[in-house]
Amino acid sequence: MKNLLKPLRVIISVVLFVAISFYFLDFANITGPHFWVGKVQLLPALLAGSFTLVGIWIVLTLIFGRIYCSTICPIGTLQDVINRISVWFNKGKKRRRKHFSYSRPKNILRYIVLAFTAATSLFGFQLFLLLLDPYSAFGRIMVNLFKPIYMFGNNVLAGMLTGMGSYTLYQVDIVLQSLLAFCIALITFGVIALMSWKNGRTWCNTICPVGAFLSLLSRFSLLRIRVDREKCNRCGSCAHSCKASCISSVAKKVDVSRCVDCFNCLEKCPRGALYYGFHLEKKKKHSLGSLKVTPPKSSYIPTKDELTDQGKRQFLVTAFTTAVAIPTLLAQDKKKAWNALSQPAGSRIDDHRKVPITPPGSESRANLLAHCTACHLCVSKCPSHVLKPALMEYGLAGIMQPTVSFEKGFCNFDCTLCGELCPTGAIRPLTVERKHLTQTGKVVFVEENCIVYKKGTNCGACSEHCPTQAIAMVPYKDGLTIPKVDTNICVGCGGCEYVCPSKPFRAVHVEGNVVHRAAKPFVERREKAVKVDEFGF
Amino acid sequence: MERRDFLKAVAVTGVALTLKTEGSMDIMAQTLGLPSEAVPGEPSEAPARQVDLVAVMGGEADAMFRKGIQTLGGIKRFVKKGQKVCVKPNIGWDKIPEYAGNTNPKLVAEIIKECYAAGASEVVVFDHSCDDWRKCYVNSGIEAAAKAAGAKLLPPDQESYYRTVSLPRGKSLKSAKIHSAILDCDVWINVPILKNHGGTNLTISMKNHMGIVWDRGYFHQHDLQQCIADVCTLKKPAVLNVVDAYRVMKTNGPRGRSMGDVVLSKALFISHDIVAVDTAAAKFFNQIRTMPLDSVGHIENAEKLGIGTMDLAKLNVKRIKM
Repeated sequence: MKNLLKPLRVIISVVLFVAISFYFLDFANITGPHFWVGKVQLLPALLAGSFTLVGIWIVLTLIFGRIYCSTICPIGTLQDVINRISVWFNKGKKRRRKHFSYSRPKNILRYIVLAFTAATSLFGFQLFLLLLDPYSAFGRIMVNLFKPIYMFGNNVLAGMLTGMGSYTLYQVDIVLQSLLAFCIALITFGVIALMSWKNGRTWCNTICPVGAFLSLLSRFSLLRIRVDREKCNRCGSCAHSCKASCISSVAKKVDVSRCVDCFNCLEKCPRGALYYGFHLEKKKKHSLGSLKVTPPKSSYIPTKDELTDQGKRQFLVTAFTTAVAIPTLLAQDKKKAWNALSQPAGSRIDDHRKVPITPPGSESRANLLAHCTACHLCVSKCPSHVLKPALMEYGLAGIMQPTVSFEKGFCNFDCTLCGELCPTGAIRPLTVERKHLTQTGKVVFVEENCIVYKKGTNCGACSEHCPTQAIAMVPYKDGLTIPKVDTNICVGCGGCEYVCPSKPFRAVHVEGNVVHRAAKPFVERREKAVKVDEFGF
Repeated sequence: MERRDFLKAVAVTGVALTLKTEGSMDIMAQTLGLPSEAVPGEPSEAPARQVDLVAVMGGEADAMFRKGIQTLGGIKRFVKKGQKVCVKPNIGWDKIPEYAGNTNPKLVAEIIKECYAAGASEVVVFDHSCDDWRKCYVNSGIEAAAKAAGAKLLPPDQESYYRTVSLPRGKSLKSAKIHSAILDCDVWINVPILKNHGGTNLTISMKNHMGIVWDRGYFHQHDLQQCIADVCTLKKPAVLNVVDAYRVMKTNGPRGRSMGDVVLSKALFISHDIVAVDTAAAKFFNQIRTMPLDSVGHIENAEKLGIGTMDLAKLNVKRIKM
């Protein structure tokens, strides 16, 4: 039984890791909108109000400990992968790789981070939660760092296949959608890689709010790694293999609050003194606070651990502060630049959007801000490429949350994908019928910018793309037609804005609705049925 | 070669091409006139003269094409053994066939089958769509139908697929980036659907050329009706223009809103002469909803460029009711 636990954990975590990674990378949406790996994550479930799922995780943690961290959490497995790479990397080297060793719990740090993110989140400020939630951080790393590589690979392969006359794969545009999201993903990835390279799961037990939350539960878990004090001879093999640095062989104790149930230690103990199971002996009580390493009678020398601890703590705090501060500063800079750009001197017919558009199904900006953790699943999969990470459109609290942009395309009238994908309830699922009557924004037409007005030639590109004819072509002069707007039936899809060929300023653009409204259904003109029997020439 | 010489050569070729285009019917009538006489069931009122334009009504899309192409002298008149063929339908919108936003998939499949029957080595299909091309290809039913008929579907969404071609006869449009599927095939068949259009009033065969170019914005910026005529001066015109009017979008085109925009009119028009076939289709549309020919400016602009004729009386037109 004991020998099977680790392989089982490895298999489950690798399968889930590959699945969720592919889910984020999969631009062609082969996995479909309801792929379950995206819907089992803890924090998104909490935000979405899926209390059944949250309840299941609480119960599972109370029974098995932090199996969420060992198998489901993609950032957890990512750290294992990085650490595994570091082992391979160091194999050939003369200097032996540094083993893990017991370190004291960083309770102040991890619970402060937890309390802080929880408190800011409850007050509706999601920035910290958004930055630290492991699932979302992983999503951003995949979408912003690895998806371009995946797409490049696809293009190379597609090029080769096309050369052989097959069109099973097709080329895709590789674009950096958001420099801010790229930087934050890179920093997150860098910090996690750095921490896990040598120190395994340090992230999970210092920064991660989900890890900290689960640690509060795993303290009470029924099943846990236990040490048979009789068999143990304090050889330290288990502590050296513990990537959570939570086994003290000296004290013959395991800090279950930090144990991520990787089961690596079980096979490392030469005497079989470790087991995963129920608490059988009834003699000792586990303290609820940090694990106190009770010095054994003779040989305890504690000082070194404490010294290194300070350094680590400082590093972590600095890393955290930097991770939060840099993007913030960056964003402010961008905002200034953006403002300067958007108001060219002397321009009266500016086409810049003043109110950002939130994705259909998000219902309102408030709902988006309160629920979205910027995992970028919707950004990655939007088939029309209209969702991109916000800069400062929603203010500081909403950086990297999806905003609608019509640079690369326009929102497909019949597409409801983003709502089906979203695991947090930030974008709620819409039926096609509801989507058709959901007004995310309203069209604004500036006649002075219009080709028909300026040049006196036909155009109609906007109306061509309009699914409801909220922008319709009506007779103008000299047999020309010019756009006429009915905002009541506009859904804000942006087909008109995307396609408007007028330069430098578009004649049509969409202004967002802060709270989405119901668009009126367009009225069908009752006409006599036409019957054609002749050719007409 | 000097630049001037080159331009002269291009101009001469252009003129030669015009002559060929205009005279092609006669030439073909002489060389290939025989098969059409042998068409069974066809009343041979003018056996000496090749048919220029066929209008068919009352059948299913595929059946009408079979009948029509037979009357024109068979597909072999246009597609030779071993040739690489490109079929270019309108797949502009993420719409199912009933909404008449895209060419009828049954018609597209039938054309592909005929091409293979004529000995085509390969048939490819593409359109530079307006909506996301994956959705358009799938939901139009054209991808499935064309694949079942043995054609390959080419992606349209990357600029790298398009190559710049000069259009020396064009007035507003002097060059355009054309999809390599058109440039690399031996012959191509233009298969538009007849629709109302907010910008050009009608979209038929000529307007369908906007799906072979990369930068449509340029057209809209520089006199749309002229640019559409200009792009039809392409050195390699479609050997056939097959206008699908099985379902016609009479209002709110080219995208359409609902079934209220669609008329089931069961018609089909085929000709080598793109101006003639668009004229015929526009006149047909005029019965559904008033649409004077001069409101569809690109047709007249194309005639002025010598691309074809609007005078249907000059042509040998066959009208078939099924």
